[in-house]
Amino acid sequence: MSSSAPLLEVQNLQTHFGTVDGVVRAVEGVSFHINAGETLGVVGESGCGKSVTAMSILRLISTPPGKMAGKILFKGTNLLELSEPEMQAIRGKDISMIFQEPMTSLNPVLTVGRQIGETVMLHEGVSARDAEQRAVEMLTLVGIPAPGRRVREYPHQLSGGMRQRVMIAMALACSPQLLVADEPTTALDVTIQAQILELMRDLETRVGAAIMLITHDLGVVAEMAQRVIVMYAGRKVEEGTAEEIFLNPLHPYTRGLMGSMPKLGSSLHETGRSKLTEIQGQVPSLRKPIIGCAFAGRCPNVTDVCRQMAPAIELKAPNHLVACHYAPRVAVAA
Amino acid sequence: MFAYTVRRVIATIPVMGIVALFVFSLLYIAPGDPAAIIAGDQATPEDVERIRASLGLDRPFIIRFTEWLWRVLQGDLGVSIFTNLPVSHMIKQRLEPTFSLMLLTLTFALSCAIPMGVLAAWKHGTWIDRLVMLFAVLGFSVPVFVVGYVLAYTFALQLDWFPVQGYTPISNGIGGWVSNLTLPAVALGSAFIALIARITRATMLEVLNQDYVRTAKAKGVGQRAILFVHALKNAAVPIITIVGIGFAGLIGGAVVTESVFAIPGVGRLVVDAILRRDYPVIQGVVLMFSFTYVIVNLIVDLLYTVFDPRIRY
Repeated sequence: MSSSAPLLEVQNLQTHFGTVDGVVRAVEGVSFHINAGETLGVVGESGCGKSVTAMSILRLISTPPGKMAGKILFKGTNLLELSEPEMQAIRGKDISMIFQEPMTSLNPVLTVGRQIGETVMLHEGVSARDAEQRAVEMLTLVGIPAPGRRVREYPHQLSGGMRQRVMIAMALACSPQLLVADEPTTALDVTIQAQILELMRDLETRVGAAIMLITHDLGVVAEMAQRVIVMYAGRKVEEGTAEEIFLNPLHPYTRGLMGSMPKLGSSLHETGRSKLTEIQGQVPSLRKPIIGCAFAGRCPNVTDVCRQMAPAIELKAPNHLVACHYAPRVAVAA
Repeated sequence: MFAYTVRRVIATIPVMGIVALFVFSLLYIAPGDPAAIIAGDQATPEDVERIRASLGLDRPFIIRFTEWLWRVLQGDLGVSIFTNLPVSHMIKQRLEPTFSLMLLTLTFALSCAIPMGVLAAWKHGTWIDRLVMLFAVLGFSVPVFVVGYVLAYTFALQLDWFPVQGYTPISNGIGGWVSNLTLPAVALGSAFIALIARITRATMLEVLNQDYVRTAKAKGVGQRAILFVHALKNAAVPIITIVGIGFAGLIGGAVVTESVFAIPGVGRLVVDAILRRDYPVIQGVVLMFSFTYVIVNLIVDLLYTVFDPRIRY
């Protein structure tokens, strides 16, 4: 990977939540990095800690009940050590976030222009009028027709796709270096999904922001990301270039994910061969420490070693890290 | 919006009609014969009968109601049995103290209750929250006259910070006006504060869990702006609803408060009128209070559109 320091480096992040029936270990020792200008895909099923990881980066976890440990280095500064005002200066300016639910993530009683402009006013100290002007520019950038009129409208007057465009406009208003997109297309219907992805890709090249793209949709990842990490039960189980992950998945969980994805052109009615496979079993409880491999309970190739010893994440192929005792080691170039 | 306002104003007519009917029926429902009271202990039955006839009390209910209503619509609330002055004139004289008390109470209650409720919701589960809730329970359960006498004893008699009772018109200087009304407003406001603070806390707790609050935080908005701009505006509709409903309690409380602090307002007027069975005055005051309540709630309905753009009429 590149020799210069990455834009964001997460080291051994642990995010736990204290609840009445014990500590939930939502993220348990995750490390990864994002280089400037690249798109990192983060994949995994619901509850695997993807969103919590994203929220931890912006420190949107309320503490208590949350508790974060490890390091989140953004351009060399550990975000976990910053004061709340210092963190406020970073949120929305250097790192911004798009959420999964465009229908509920916009404030229903403030105009769209006000909500976009607020970010600019906060971080660049411009006047309200200039902020509205910027809001109009941003709406134009994200492809909303009649932006001069839309800027004075309220979220309920916009469709879901338009609201997500507004969210993107809001996130990009101050030209952030990192955009954290948490399931940005999940709540949208398929044709709108494609438009939003197209828009994000276009903006990535134009604004030059790095993107952390969180999704459970492997198709989205294949289309957008250069590198991918796969998460399971609060842990990173596999990491590699998008090509490596898709063509040569080494972790049994990643293979399971691929198998559970329908492929275009294969009929579901033909018996046998193109049936979708599911991953048997359930995600282990995050309330108690997991001994051994987190995936052991569901893995088709499980052995006693897996149940007793957690596998370390190791380089098993060029640009390809896997946490599995039995992942075949392909020749690794030094 | 304009059409809605007109429709709502028209809709108040049947409401006011029913109120008027009820107010007029008071004369028949309430015990005690005004003619006998006016005539005095020494009067013969013939005297009482004569007075009754002169007051028109011997004529059928429906005719008297229609006549009364027709005069009321023309702004004539009748003449007081005791002072022989027009009721509308008597009410007008007493309006300023009562409206001053209401205005000051409302301002004081809102400026205390809303920050308290917001703070309690933000710090929910902490001692601050518990303190606010404790105050809310106390505010509800201690009657206004008890609060009034305790305040008067402590801050007027012992500490001598405020006058014990009385009223200074605003035309004699705002200082005296405020200092005379401070204790009454605090006494009258305590239950109102409790009510508003509770509803503010409950609504804010719900709003603060919404996704858009998280969005605001992710944009780098500070805690104060999150609470008082992003969240409070969303909590406004239930809060102003309860302010409108609580206004009825405020009217009732004003009557008691004016007696405790000897404020020459409409409340005192109606208490005196009730003691003397001065029906025209009672009817006039109750009618005016009902009308005020209807108007306040109309304003509340129209305010919804100011705070929530999704509400359109």
